[in-house]
Formats: sequence, C-alpha cells, structure tokens
Amino acid sequence: MKIRIKFEKDGVMRYIGHLDIMRYFQKSMRRAEIDICYSTGFSPHQIMSFAAPLGVGHISYGEYFDIEVHSHNGAKDMLERLNAVMVPGIRITSVKMLPEGTKNAMASVAAARYLLSPKPDADTLVDFDTSSSAFFNQPEILVKKQTKKQELTMDIKPHIYEWLPKGNSVEVFVDASSSGNIKPTLAMEAYCDFCKCNYVPMSYQITRMDTYLNAGTYEEPRFLPLEAAGEDF
Amino acid sequence: MEKLALSDEILLSIEKPARYIGNEMNCVIKDKNSVDIRFAFCFPDVYEIGMSHLGMQILYHDFNRFDDVWCERVFSPWMDLDKIMREKNIPLFALESQDAVKDFDFLGFTLQYEMCYTNILQVLDLSKIPLLSRERSHEDPIVIGGGPCVYNPEPIADFFDLFYIGEGEVQYRPLFDLYKECKKNGEDRRSFLEKAACIPGIYVPSLYDVTYNEDGTIDKFYPLIENIPVKIEKQVVTDMTEATYPQKPVVPFIKVTQDRVVLEIQRGCIRGCRFCQAGQIYRPVRERNVEKLKEYAVSLLKATGHEEISLSSLSSSDYSQLEELITYLIEECNRRYVNISLPSLRIDNFSLSVFNKVQDVKKSSLTFAPEAGSQRMRNVINKGLTEENILNGAHLAFESGWTRVKLYFMLGLPTETDEDIEGIASLCDKVAKEFFDTVPKEERKNGPVQIVASTSFFIPKPFTPFQWAPMNTKEEFLRKAYVTKNAIMSQLNQKRIKYNWHEADVSILEGVFARGDRKVGQVILKAYEKGCVYDAWSEYYKNDIWMDTFQECGLSVDFYTTRERPLDEIFPWDFIDAGVTKSFLKHEWEKALHEEVTLNCKEKCNGCGAAKFGTGVCVGR
Repeated sequence: MKIRIKFEKDGVMRYIGHLDIMRYFQKSMRRAEIDICYSTGFSPHQIMSFAAPLGVGHISYGEYFDIEVHSHNGAKDMLERLNAVMVPGIRITSVKMLPEGTKNAMASVAAARYLLSPKPDADTLVDFDTSSSAFFNQPEILVKKQTKKQELTMDIKPHIYEWLPKGNSVEVFVDASSSGNIKPTLAMEAYCDFCKCNYVPMSYQITRMDTYLNAGTYEEPRFLPLEAAGEDF
Repeated sequence: MEKLALSDEILLSIEKPARYIGNEMNCVIKDKNSVDIRFAFCFPDVYEIGMSHLGMQILYHDFNRFDDVWCERVFSPWMDLDKIMREKNIPLFALESQDAVKDFDFLGFTLQYEMCYTNILQVLDLSKIPLLSRERSHEDPIVIGGGPCVYNPEPIADFFDLFYIGEGEVQYRPLFDLYKECKKNGEDRRSFLEKAACIPGIYVPSLYDVTYNEDGTIDKFYPLIENIPVKIEKQVVTDMTEATYPQKPVVPFIKVTQDRVVLEIQRGCIRGCRFCQAGQIYRPVRERNVEKLKEYAVSLLKATGHEEISLSSLSSSDYSQLEELITYLIEECNRRYVNISLPSLRIDNFSLSVFNKVQDVKKSSLTFAPEAGSQRMRNVINKGLTEENILNGAHLAFESGWTRVKLYFMLGLPTETDEDIEGIASLCDKVAKEFFDTVPKEERKNGPVQIVASTSFFIPKPFTPFQWAPMNTKEEFLRKAYVTKNAIMSQLNQKRIKYNWHEADVSILEGVFARGDRKVGQVILKAYEKGCVYDAWSEYYKNDIWMDTFQECGLSVDFYTTRERPLDEIFPWDFIDAGVTKSFLKHEWEKALHEEVTLNCKEKCNGCGAAKFGTGVCVGR
C-alpha cells in the first residue's frame, strides 16, 4: 500500500537540509513504529520517496513524500503516531492512501506556490504595487541563464502561472516540473530587473505554500495539491 | 522554539547550521524560571564529535532528571562561525535555550583527549568568561572539568574552578545542593569553592599549591587551607545496574561520527595492558545486567529511531553474558532492519559466526590490535594476544570468506628495539601467508588478501605502569616509522600490505599535556592567544607556534616527554587516588622491564588497589 504524507516545515527546522530531512523521517518511521516496507538486498532501506527538495532556509506548508507500508490502522492513527514523534517545526498535516498506479511524488510534481516576504530585519523593500500587472502582462519575460558553456536567454513567462502582489510580499505560482522548474527567486529577479529596483535575496523569506500535480493535460493544466491524488483511509 | 542566538543571515552563510540550532529529537527543554541551576555541558570540539560521545548523553540525561537543574549542550563553534562570532561580538550560547553561556550557573567540560585543551579556551573566550579561574567573579559560571584527562588536570588547572575526578553519576547531586545553599545564603565564590573541596572527588586547584625542585620536578604539592583533603579520591559507580542510563538520547539531524544507539555493556577492563590508561582508571570492571541491557536496546531503538546499535566497552569479549546479549540483539535487530556494529571483539569462532550474521563479509574487514610486533614486546606491554591467536583468528576468518584485515600497532614502546619493529612486518607477512595457505587459488572469489597495518606513536600516560617511561623523540618516531616501512617493503607478500603511520608532531605535544605540570598552562594560554585551536584537527594544528611558545615560556618539551623519571619522583597527578596504587604501578613497570606478563583480573587478583571500591570483579560480580 502506498501512502502519501504531507508535512509542514518551519521554525528552526528551515535550517535542516533535504538529505537530513530524509534521514529524520527514516528515523521517525521507526519511532512511530510504522509498518513500512523495506527494499530487499543486503542493506535494506525504507521505501520512501520525496516530492521536491526544499532549499535550506525556506519554510514550507506543502511538503510531500510517499511511503509503502505492509499494514496500518487508518489514516488518523498514522497521523497521530507520526505527530507524536516529531520535533517542533515539523508537523504532519495529511496522510492519504494512493490508488494503485499513482505516479510517485517526485514524478507528480508539476507546480509550486511560493510566498516571498521581507524578513523582519529587511531594510530595502521591493514595491510590488506599481509594476506587477505591467510585469506579468508582458508577452515574454526574458532572463539570462548561465550554463557551463554559455549564457542563454530564455523566456520564463510560460512557466510563471500567477504573480500576485500582497502588500510588501508577493505570491508566485510557478512550474516545478522536472522539465520546466522555475525557482521563485528567478521570477523575483526578473521582476526587479523589470522595475529597476534593488533586490537583496537574503532579505526575503521564501515559503512554499503547497506543491501541485497536474490533473489536466499539458495544454490545459488543472493543478491540484499533491495530496489530492490520495484518498482517506 | 523560535528564538535563535544566530541571525538568519549568519546561519545561511555557515557550514552545517544544524550544529547550532538545537531542537533535536529528545533534547530537553525546561522553563528556565522554574529551575535553580542552569548547567552548560560542553564537549570542546565540533558538534559531530561531541554528539557521538556516550558519556555526555549519560550525564545530560542524569542531570535533567533533577527538576531543579536544566542541563544544556555546548560545543566548539567550527572555525567559520568562530570568526563571525569574534567579528560581530556574539557570545557563545547553549543549544537548547540559545541563551548565553555566561549566564549559566555552571559550565562543565568533558575532557576526553588532551588535544582539545585550546578549545576549552576558545569556548571560555567566546562565552566572554575570563580564561583564568582567578580572574572570574561571582557573575561568571563555575567552570568544572571531568573525564579521563582530569587524571592529570595540572596543565589546565589555571583555567578551571573545579575538577571532578571519576564517574559523573556519583557526586553531582551533592555539589548542586551545596551550590544552591551557598547561593541562598549569599556566600561568595571562594566560600563555595572551599566547601566544594570537601565533597569527595572534587578538586579545587586554586586551593592547592606546588613547589618545585631546581631540576623542575615537584618538591611539594599541598593544600593552602585546612580541612580539605590532601588526596582526592576518584568516584566510582558501585551499582551499574541501578545507575541511570539515558533512555532518550538526543538524535542529531546531521550525520555524526557515532550515529547509532550505544549500549554500554560494562565499565572498566580486566586486561591490564600496561600502556592503556582507560584500563587502569576505570577499574574495577563492572558489568551491566544482561536483562537490563536487553530492555535498554529495545527502548533506545524505539526512542531514537536509529538504524544501528553498537556495544560499548573497553573489551566486549570479556563481558560474561556476551553470547546471550548478542543472540538476543541479532533476533531483535533483524526484525527491525537494524544493523549491529560490534567493535573490540576478539576474533574467534563465536565472533566470526556473529559477524557472518550481521555484516557483509565481502565489504567488512577484521581488526586485530596486537599493538606490538614481537612476542617479547607484547609481554612488555602485557598484551595477552599471541601470534598464534592472531594467525588462528585470521585462518578462521579467511575460511569464512574475509579478505580484509586491519592490524594496529604502536611504535616507541619502552625497551623497543629494531628487531621488535621488524616483527610488525613479519607478522603482517605471516597473516598474508596464512591467507594463501588457507584459501586455494580457485576459491579466492573475493580477491586476494588485503592487509592494512597502522602504527601510532606510544605516549606514556598517568596512572599506567608506563608513567615512568621516556617517550621517544620526534626523530626516533619517524626513524621507526621508516624502519617499519622498509621492513614491510622487504616482505615476500609486501604487495598485499598497506602501511599507515600517524603524525609525530602532535604526538609529542600530547605527550607534554599528558604528563605535564601546572607550568604547562601558560604555554597553552599563549599558544591559544597566538591562534592555536582545534589542535586535534591536523588542518589546524600549528606545530611551529607551539614549539616557539615553549621556548618563550622557558619550558623544555623534552623535560616532559623523553626524560626518564626516577621511581621516587613526585608526579603532578600523585594527589589523585585512582584506586590503583602507585606501588602496584611501580611493580608492573618493573615486571614490564623484565618482560613478565600479569594475569587478568578474572584469572587472579593482583592487588592493584581498586578493590577498595568494593564492587565489580573485585567482589566477584
């Protein structure tokens, strides 16, 4: 049985990197005595796969990973067992059963919604009110991307689905699929380039609001949170 | 817990911010207003090293059992953060509350190896606590040291208000009670220290003075006030089964050196190897009850979620219930997909059958620690391992499919000749030959045998029979490493043997600290002020500064290392009563020079003195 687990990561836990979060959850499964499946072979490991790595320093309210279990006592029991062994800053918010044949968490990721908000000690604030619509109404948004060999210019407009100013903050809904992933900071840089304002990356807190799958088609996407693929049990 | 001592900007600019944020599973958070004593427990090295230390987990748990005490952890900031804290004037903090160490009641250091001494000063300095005990005021925490290094605390005596000699589980409660009472009565620091000096095991260096002979050796060591003990007796846990054990060890987020459940199966060692300090200072050997250990194993795995469990003791094979314990662990661990790691096991049929069940034979290697190359030399050091034992063990291992063997030796042992050293090479060669004789060509599916021989340089330590022995010079050490290398190169199977040897410089300094006196303290202070810190890390070890500083202070390195000490010399650590008597050690030293071995504690009591504690093997337990 495949289970999809959704969790939040904030507080001091934002300084724990992706690999350590994976180790943390492996140990959590043992502490919570979840009847998780192990791979076969001489050094068996838990069947567990994460959706999208989160950068160190970022907060998230929509992180996901899938596990495989032999048995369970229902979603409520699993959620409670896991939350009983979490540290402050990590909370399990939903546990869903995935129907047979569901794509795994990582392969399902299509989009992500981020909030970029000034940290408490930020001294220069970006103005989102005046230029946001002009910025997002451009036919194309060109950014320069440095690869190992050359500098490429690419249009990121098709990969930015929403750009929503919210006071001193901005919410951005972007492509997070393996083929077209856009970092929220890339959109932010493009915006600041557009309105010629100064952007100090360290002064903005990045929060992933949720991670989405595409239940529609490539041409007509229908984005749903990753947990929507699962069912209550 | 949202409050952090370091800003977001700093945490995102340094290596491994997880070292500094606390918040790990099982770390203890209390309300600071509802406790009387705040204890900052420091392992003066980087987080990953300190968090791997069982003793710290034991005392952390032990102290936090008390409702009126909140014990928190402190580690040496890594050099990247060290620099930032100095530039930005950020005081060092404890992980749990993130509060400044300076505001604590106690700052305790666990001293596991001499090369951490400059890190003590780093921690004091970053905490903004005066480095010298005599310069501290009532506003500063009481600075206390414990651990194996305090069996000669003199080189660092100036930096500490108190030392605790022995096992921490025993006398901290009386010390805390005394502290509370003194605080309540408004008594000053000095008054507290004088009273603390009367608690068994507590040594207050400022209340004792030393005078020296013209040749630099000690003339007299004496208390400065009346009614405090002349000898400090080490404290020993007499009932290991009733002693506390950390049921919920802190689980680090980042990978640490010892990332597993550790079960301490016994304390002490029956063997009496003459170079080994742990074998003497943890006497008498005391076993933990096997049923308790089984319970602990299960509850610790559940409380931590670790995927590996390891046994801890100086010589696991000597634990009387080993077979029962391991059989149980294998069954429990297989069910839970938990690995078992078994260090310090003697290689025999039993251990090989265990290894076969818990390890991948192809990937793992077997370790032997003959410590010396010739039988003569092994008799001198009283290492009861014979060539026959090793070759038999290797034979069995090769039959079961092992191909990798590690052998550990020491160079610079007392009375050592080039012939003894060459014995290292011939022993390695015999192990290789054993492989080729045991495993026919067509069955060598795991490849040919690979032998790794490593040598470290012998450093005489206090409270060992070799405390009188001269240590080799750096030149002698390096020549001996060269002799070993050449001898290995001239063996028939030399292509199958890889040889590693240790740095000599740092061994010399360790030799000074190990048997140093109070005069050495000024060198440590000056070297620290000139930038020496993290001396245990070769990339930061600055030998030139150390040697210059000895010269500046008018102290001779050789006085502490290569000098042969006369039998009647007063040692800086003679005021400590570790149970094992000086006359026993002297007798052992003489036996060593006559190449005579001594039977282990289970075979025969040799009257070392540890029987006075009335526990463990001394009373047949």
